[in-house]
Amino acid sequence: MKSKQIKIALRNCGHIDPERIEDYISYDGYAALGRCMFEDTPSSVTDKIKQSGLRGRGGGGFPTGKKWELCAASVSDKKYVICNADEGDPGAFMDRSVLEGDPHSVLEAMAICGYCIGADEGYIYIRAEYPLAIKRLKIAIAQAEEAGLLGDRIMGSDFSFKIRLKYGAGAFVCGEETALIKSMEGNRGEPIMKPPYPAQKGYMGKPTNVNNVETFANVAAILNRGAEWFSSIGTEGSKGTKVFALAGKVKNVGLVEVPMGTTLRELIYEIGGGIKSGKKFKAVQSGEPSGGCLTEKHLDTPIDYESLKAAGSMMGSGGMIVMDEDDCMVAVAKFYLEFIVEESCGKCVPCREGNKVLYNILDKITHGKGELSDLDKLKNFGNIIKSTSLCGLGQTAPNPVLSTLDNFYDEYYDHVVNKKCAAKQCRSLITYRIIEENCVGCGACKRVCPAEAISGELKQKHLIDQETCIKCGACIKKCRFNAIVVE
Amino acid sequence: MSCSEKQEQIKKTIAGICSEFNDDPNELIAILHKAQGHYGFLPKEVQSAIAERIGVPASKVYGIVTFYSYFTMEPKGKYPISICMGTACYVQGAEKVLQEFESRLEIKNGQTTADGKFSINTLRCIGACGLAPVVMIGDKVYGNVKTEEVKKIISEYN
Repeated sequence: MKSKQIKIALRNCGHIDPERIEDYISYDGYAALGRCMFEDTPSSVTDKIKQSGLRGRGGGGFPTGKKWELCAASVSDKKYVICNADEGDPGAFMDRSVLEGDPHSVLEAMAICGYCIGADEGYIYIRAEYPLAIKRLKIAIAQAEEAGLLGDRIMGSDFSFKIRLKYGAGAFVCGEETALIKSMEGNRGEPIMKPPYPAQKGYMGKPTNVNNVETFANVAAILNRGAEWFSSIGTEGSKGTKVFALAGKVKNVGLVEVPMGTTLRELIYEIGGGIKSGKKFKAVQSGEPSGGCLTEKHLDTPIDYESLKAAGSMMGSGGMIVMDEDDCMVAVAKFYLEFIVEESCGKCVPCREGNKVLYNILDKITHGKGELSDLDKLKNFGNIIKSTSLCGLGQTAPNPVLSTLDNFYDEYYDHVVNKKCAAKQCRSLITYRIIEENCVGCGACKRVCPAEAISGELKQKHLIDQETCIKCGACIKKCRFNAIVVE
Repeated sequence: MSCSEKQEQIKKTIAGICSEFNDDPNELIAILHKAQGHYGFLPKEVQSAIAERIGVPASKVYGIVTFYSYFTMEPKGKYPISICMGTACYVQGAEKVLQEFESRLEIKNGQTTADGKFSINTLRCIGACGLAPVVMIGDKVYGNVKTEEVKKIISEYN
């Protein structure tokens, strides 16, 4: 069932003991670094990464080799390599799995990157919420130093490279590289205008190359098996594989690694096993929380950077949440906006204030107080926020709203005009009603109702008082006669 | 212990922590991690002691503590309840689970019960999406939590 998968970034996860460097070495570990230093030049290694077509897996999709080349071109006495392991997206755990299952693959790639750009120091900026990954990285760094594979004069060469850890403290915006660098310097993680790019002026004002964990995890594999091999996998513009955290209403949840170009349908139905409990597929959200919600008609979209973007979503870092008919798309959009409002750093006005406006409108709609003109406002404000925000967070924040407006306009219309929520998620828009024919008057619902909204004598038909009902749904769970409906 | 004695004690502890990082303002976040690990939370007194020691304005320390969600100025309960609100948990009903905890303990998200026993907060994804919805109490993880089970879960700690 999972045969469509090809494992490159996750090649060693689950196959080796991540706390034993010998295991990693026996799977060609540190061989690529050795060859780079003794048989190759920095620029030719960078060329290989360029030829492979590897692009940033953290969401941006910038060509990795190009990034290294830009940083290598900056002249400075000191440069840094940073691994972005601040996996803050809700619903994503690809990076954690790599760091916990194969930490050396990241360390080796960072050293290779250091060799290519001329840096002797690297940092891994990691979430404090990942204690096991931190522990394994510390063990891995100590073992690599002990073995002479990191530290001074690696393998007896002239190249030295040290890696240290820096801890994040829970701020989604720190996934943006300039914010991450600010945070590493002991400040609030607020992004700054680019240029200058980190490749020119980054950590401590020095040229810095920032790549994400999954991007690094591909590097040694590319150098071991060749750029041609890597670029033979995937599509025209997107090479290799991508790891996704498949979750939500699919039968098989978990991490999958598929070649670029796999369709959403293959991912959801063949690998994910389809929708749970025979429900109907409704939407899939990729690149969250700033991606779009795609529908049935997008299921044959190949997964690559350009196709997802053209469809109104984005690759993102790899969260993939599947939703079924029970999910209300207005409520889902509101959920994402709530996250954005909380995580916006507050530096630029469109993102800070604009997203709050969007949130308030959505809140109004889910409470049955929306007007038709609100839908135009959502679209208008959404587009303004997208085009005027300072960093990637704000520029993509309205995507869930805009994409659900495009793909599920009827559902918004239903909320606003008919005051109905078809998925029965928006409390203010639903009512609980007792079907007289089915009610035997057992009194179970009456006893469990916390608001005392149900009246009726024993063995008589019961009635729910709509004014007092708080719509908690306790009665429907208790009723054994299918006598209560939600409308 | 009198107020000033307590303040002196805090200063001494903070001096120890800061010196591990050479009193370097660039290491402020690492210092706060360590201080929170020691005290459990970061009250105003601790923040000003750090500011004074490493030579930055107290407003900067406060700015950082309030910016990052990992840092807290409120002491947590003896049994901190963390409810995952990542998307996978959300679509599996995490919001209802949160409401159930809130109404049973009569506190809101972010608060601690008067007896200091329980506190509730929400997190964004602990990476256990396969078990959604997920609740953590201390280090213990509860998966596939249903609202009906909340009462029983709380009773484990009574």
